Amino acid sequence: MKRRRSGADTAFKSMTLIFASSAVVLSLIYFFELYYGSTLTLKSGISFVTGSTWDPNNQVFGVLPMLYGSLVTSAIALIIGVPISLGVAIFLSEISPQVLRSPISFVVEMLAAVPSVIYGLWGLFVLAPILRTNVYPILESRLGFLPIFQGTIYGVSVLTAGIVLAIMIIPMVASISRDALLAVPDSQREAAYALGATRSEVIRMSVLSYARSGVFASIFLGFGRAFGETMAVTMLIGNTPLISASLLSPGYSLAALVASEFTEATTQVYISALIEAGLVLLVVSFIANVVARLLIRRLIRSREAASYL
Amino acid sequence: MLESVTSLDVEERQRLEPHDALETKMEVVGLDAWYSTKQALVDVNLNVRSNKVTAIIGPSGCGKSTLIRCLNRMHELVPGSRVTGSVLLDGKNIYGSDLDAVDVRRRVGMVFQKPNPFPNMSIADNVTAGLKLAGVKDESSMKEVERRTLERVGLWDEVKDDLKRSGASLSGGQQQRLCIARALAIEPEVLLMDEPCSALDPTATAKIEQLITSLKQTYTVVIVTHNMQQAARIADYTAFMYLGKLIEYDETTTLFENPRQELTERYITGKFG
Amino acid sequence: MKLRRVVSDKLWTVFTVVALGLAIVPLLSILFDIASKGISVINLDFFTQLPPLANASGGGMGNAIQGTLLLVALSSAIGLPIGLFSGVYISEYGVTNRYGSAVRFLGDVLAGIPSIVTGVLAYTLIVLTFQSFSVLAGGVALGTMMIPIVSNTTAEALKSVPNSIREASIALGIRKWRTSLLIMANAKKAIATASLLAIARITGETAPLILTAGISTLWFSGFNQPVGSLTYYIYYFGTSPYQNWQNMAWGAALILIAIVLGINAAVRLITRGKKAYA
Repeated sequence: MKRRRSGADTAFKSMTLIFASSAVVLSLIYFFELYYGSTLTLKSGISFVTGSTWDPNNQVFGVLPMLYGSLVTSAIALIIGVPISLGVAIFLSEISPQVLRSPISFVVEMLAAVPSVIYGLWGLFVLAPILRTNVYPILESRLGFLPIFQGTIYGVSVLTAGIVLAIMIIPMVASISRDALLAVPDSQREAAYALGATRSEVIRMSVLSYARSGVFASIFLGFGRAFGETMAVTMLIGNTPLISASLLSPGYSLAALVASEFTEATTQVYISALIEAGLVLLVVSFIANVVARLLIRRLIRSREAASYL
Repeated sequence: MLESVTSLDVEERQRLEPHDALETKMEVVGLDAWYSTKQALVDVNLNVRSNKVTAIIGPSGCGKSTLIRCLNRMHELVPGSRVTGSVLLDGKNIYGSDLDAVDVRRRVGMVFQKPNPFPNMSIADNVTAGLKLAGVKDESSMKEVERRTLERVGLWDEVKDDLKRSGASLSGGQQQRLCIARALAIEPEVLLMDEPCSALDPTATAKIEQLITSLKQTYTVVIVTHNMQQAARIADYTAFMYLGKLIEYDETTTLFENPRQELTERYITGKFG
Repeated sequence: MKLRRVVSDKLWTVFTVVALGLAIVPLLSILFDIASKGISVINLDFFTQLPPLANASGGGMGNAIQGTLLLVALSSAIGLPIGLFSGVYISEYGVTNRYGSAVRFLGDVLAGIPSIVTGVLAYTLIVLTFQSFSVLAGGVALGTMMIPIVSNTTAEALKSVPNSIREASIALGIRKWRTSLLIMANAKKAIATASLLAIARITGETAPLILTAGISTLWFSGFNQPVGSLTYYIYYFGTSPYQNWQNMAWGAALILIAIVLGINAAVRLITRGKKAYA
């Protein structure tokens, strides 16, 4: 009787252990499968990411334009999205009256739940036309001396994709930053107030500084999300494998490449190239997420340490 | 404002006031304070003497921290809090419309219960944080202030080679002295200390007490403490509070050796609660 | 105080309020446009008919709704139990050891892997093996995505159960595995919440389905066959040049957002004050 019972204990623990190990196994399988799936093109080495010609018919696979598109759209998303996210986070943690916090957080969470294909659809039919007729012409006439605001206006473009990505990363960046700001002890705020700081000075010298690793973590997570975001970008970037100086021109991204060409890839080597594009996505987003999680972990540790002081 | 002071009941004033002719730095007049609906201070009247150490003692929850936080308008930072009455600084009401909280706090500095240096700033930057807010940019005068204030709190010799290290890397007692240096750097007129030693060991406490005694040459010090011996050691005047009211206020020796109120006597002889 | 500091203080407040407005306006616009553009194609046919031909009239998204439900059911069957028991390990066995915290960490990282990459993985594992897009491949891809999400939220839910309950149970001589089940029962609301949010999340996934479940204009015809889904159809019809397909896409978007935001809103309203991330 006793033995059977302890057997049940062992069996239960083993079962949960096996399921928990899925995280380890999955991590390995991701790299292993994508690595072996792209054997045919991996052997051409670094030219895959440095080559700027994508010509599947002639079996020339260079994803530099897509890598460039992924990086530029992510950068636009961060440049526009991070300040807005921080504004929202600061409002929620430092400025908002108590009664407004919960409803506003609710709205921000709803924004996070909207599926990306819906952002794509809305971007394509609602935002892109507005940008094309009302915003981009103004950008071009006022700032057209800059190479990034020149050329033909299509509506779908690197900038359009970046703007929608910005909207998409705001809820996540805002929500994690807000948590980091709320974790700042009041004693830190008091220290600044007692020195004669105004509220905005308290936020800058004390709150943001104390919470900076959490804020950086949210930015890394936002980057990871933007870099790997597929549907909205596929629908808005124009899917053209070119590197152009102008943000108003169509471009391409790694994720959009994988999503839009897999169904038409017929040759083994073409498929291999697309899987390798997936591998690049995997490596970059894995690193961004590891960095973000390490930052968050450090934040939690320091918070625990602070609470024992 | 002076009318309301003189109109106070004479007997009341004698009960509350030490009998001397020293200069008054801050004067609390008919002060009430609330946290949303809970009243924390009830009609408190108190004269804080220039260049003296005034201690506020009393059992926890008696309002002593609330009182000290009303002296530099920190109380109003708590959501839902409220203050009525007045606090005069050199005869001018700090709650009056011609003074704002930011200016008041520059003149009335504060040190807190738990040392709270800015952890992402260096020791040097912690000291000069308040000066930078005021717009001081001159590097050499900053260096000057760093050295002078750190020397003042007895920290210079311990940290002079590590000024670039994080303020959080110091020991608890050193952190608290750093916080005092940070408060002194902006040259306040009054220094408020809210149980500054409660998180420290006896050795560190002794250093801070020594420091407080030396500070009164330049500053007016108000200290909240739950430790009666500490009040007896360092304070020139002591106020005893109970349930939000100021029960007795006198020269420290008088209050401890010859209290006029029974409540005070019971508290200082440890017969409380 | 100097005027410059007063002005700068006010500007900061203005900045945060403007930022909040900029963050919220897109949501209002999305909801408004989907409701106004989508409502016109919603009728009984929309739920019961197959997709129309280009430039034809009538038709519906019946097979896409069926496909989405099947994919969500299959992926939940894979992802929920694995994620759940993985969470049990992290919370009940892994708190004190390095493996537990490593698993937890990897789970967080995996949750941030782009969904298209999960699609590529399921493609190499299943689609290449069977030489066909299939419901199975789609379910595996979405289920794989669910595991880390469910695992970490379950672990959080279980950790919030007070230790006194564990101690009381052990003190009564109840075995560890039964104790774990007891803890799960105590956290069942939080676990249900977490599962529902994970389901809402994968219901809206599109990218992995392009490489796995594919798309079909017909009804479900077996787990080894491709199937249509609401999300894929929103993409496919939404990027097409035909007016009637675009209208269908807006209708599908309305149904999808009603499901996804409906689940999210219900869950958040029930568990007010809980955090959504980290």
